[in-house]
Amino acid sequence: MLGSGFREESIYRALDLGVRMIGCDAGTTDFGPHLLATGDSQFSRAAVKRDTSIILAAAVRAGIPLVIGSAGGAGGDVNLEWMRRVLLETAREQGLHFRLALIHAEQSKDKVRELMRQGRVLPLPPSEPLSDFAVDEALHIVAMMGAEPVQAALDSAQVVLAGRSSDAAIYSALPLKLGYASAVCWHAAKILECGAAAVAQRAAPDSMVAVLHSDSFDVFPMRDDYRCTPQSIASHTLYENVDPFHLVEPSGILNTLESEYVAIDNRAVNVSGSTFELAERYGVKIEGARLVGYSTIILGAIRDPLIIRQLDNWLERLDENLKERLRNTVGDAAQHQITARIYGRDGVMGALEPRKTIEGHEVMVLWDVISASQGLSHSIAASLSHMAVHNPIPEWDGLISGVAFPFAPSEVDRGPVYEFHLNHVVYPDSPTSLFPTDYESV
Amino acid sequence: MSTLAEVAKLIRSKNAGPFWLTLDVMFDDRQTYEAVRDQHVLSVELISRLYMQPRECVRVFAHDAAMAIKVSIPRPHSSGSPMDTDVFGGQQYAPLLDLAVEFPRHQGHK
Repeated sequence: MLGSGFREESIYRALDLGVRMIGCDAGTTDFGPHLLATGDSQFSRAAVKRDTSIILAAAVRAGIPLVIGSAGGAGGDVNLEWMRRVLLETAREQGLHFRLALIHAEQSKDKVRELMRQGRVLPLPPSEPLSDFAVDEALHIVAMMGAEPVQAALDSAQVVLAGRSSDAAIYSALPLKLGYASAVCWHAAKILECGAAAVAQRAAPDSMVAVLHSDSFDVFPMRDDYRCTPQSIASHTLYENVDPFHLVEPSGILNTLESEYVAIDNRAVNVSGSTFELAERYGVKIEGARLVGYSTIILGAIRDPLIIRQLDNWLERLDENLKERLRNTVGDAAQHQITARIYGRDGVMGALEPRKTIEGHEVMVLWDVISASQGLSHSIAASLSHMAVHNPIPEWDGLISGVAFPFAPSEVDRGPVYEFHLNHVVYPDSPTSLFPTDYESV
Repeated sequence: MSTLAEVAKLIRSKNAGPFWLTLDVMFDDRQTYEAVRDQHVLSVELISRLYMQPRECVRVFAHDAAMAIKVSIPRPHSSGSPMDTDVFGGQQYAPLLDLAVEFPRHQGHK
């Protein structure tokens, strides 16, 4: 991923082999909804610029296309513009000249409402049908483009900066345009999307090369100490996918049930036998993020076994005492949500934890207070931490201090917190209609 | 009798997008993989019980070429939302580690 790094010599090595394009995925939803909500980048500007400067110079000097997808992290307009500025800066510094295409993936609320009214928005499992309310609440909405907008941009641009994209579309666009078989293009692209993640044992991120044939492709890493094996390449269809045999793209489904993975030598693998089934309707996934509130957290640890053995009761009594206190301070109307995560019991797995017992001699409680303002969350948290430390248990007579706070102040303001709230597919007029493209000469 | 943790090459979990969680159990020899696959160690019923999910939400795949069994379930809370406990979904596989795998006596395994 752009900003996570690769070896510079790996790119030159690929150029020496005569690669016909360089692609790079620059985004993911993995880090959470805040990147889409705020427009921030996960990786630092310096990290993204370092990676960009190398692949941009390599592509421009070799006269081959460069495609960067899901620009800036979440691929919204703010992210895309941030990425554009990084790219222009390094182009200027290196004296590089090229035609640049910027493909927008951000969707206006009006556009999404219009598609909704036309019955062209459907929920993806496990989500509910889209509501006007959900659209209103969205801070940003992006649609995940397929290969077609990138192909159109490549008609006149050498460098393509795309907003939110299907990871595989970044790599499949050019070979599909050149007439290679759909299944070969999409399966090769699926393997390339995470670079060297598909090697047998990855020490650090790096680049991979795919060589496409009429009915199969070869894939191999650029680092000498990395190896692709039939198993490592076959396994990559498992990674981050719900179903490893049916990989959904806007234009259809890559079917890998009959795929064959054969070792060419001890570091390269040939893949054949995949099929691509065209979708009846071209469908594009949309993503959206909304503000949930402002969070203040408290970390507090407990060592007293008498408290630990009645932890749930202790927390319930704390909750009751706090409610009474808040009635007298911030008032009943002050909407807020408090969750207590118990590390040492089910802090990691929450609702999915099958073993809901405390077996250790200490626990960490992570309280999270969320309300409509930072000030309110902080004031509730301040009352909560003070009441928690002195929350009594019947076994001890007198005032106790039952919580060890590792930090002072014990309340930590986290600022605004967000959530992904759109998980829907839209059926646009055409594969390119949601993705307007600007061109400029650099 | 062995546990899945003893015979698997890798057991991992990860987000499959912000709304799904996926668990991969990978092997490095075909005999072990086929034993786990054919004994249905990771069945829909078992995952449904272990992860407290309705059966119709649980998907299990046997991937012969990858020598892996894959399980996918919806996330209880979307990734990074206020109630979520694991943004990457990377630490949700522990309940699989102790599942029992039987090997016929004449078969060795690692």
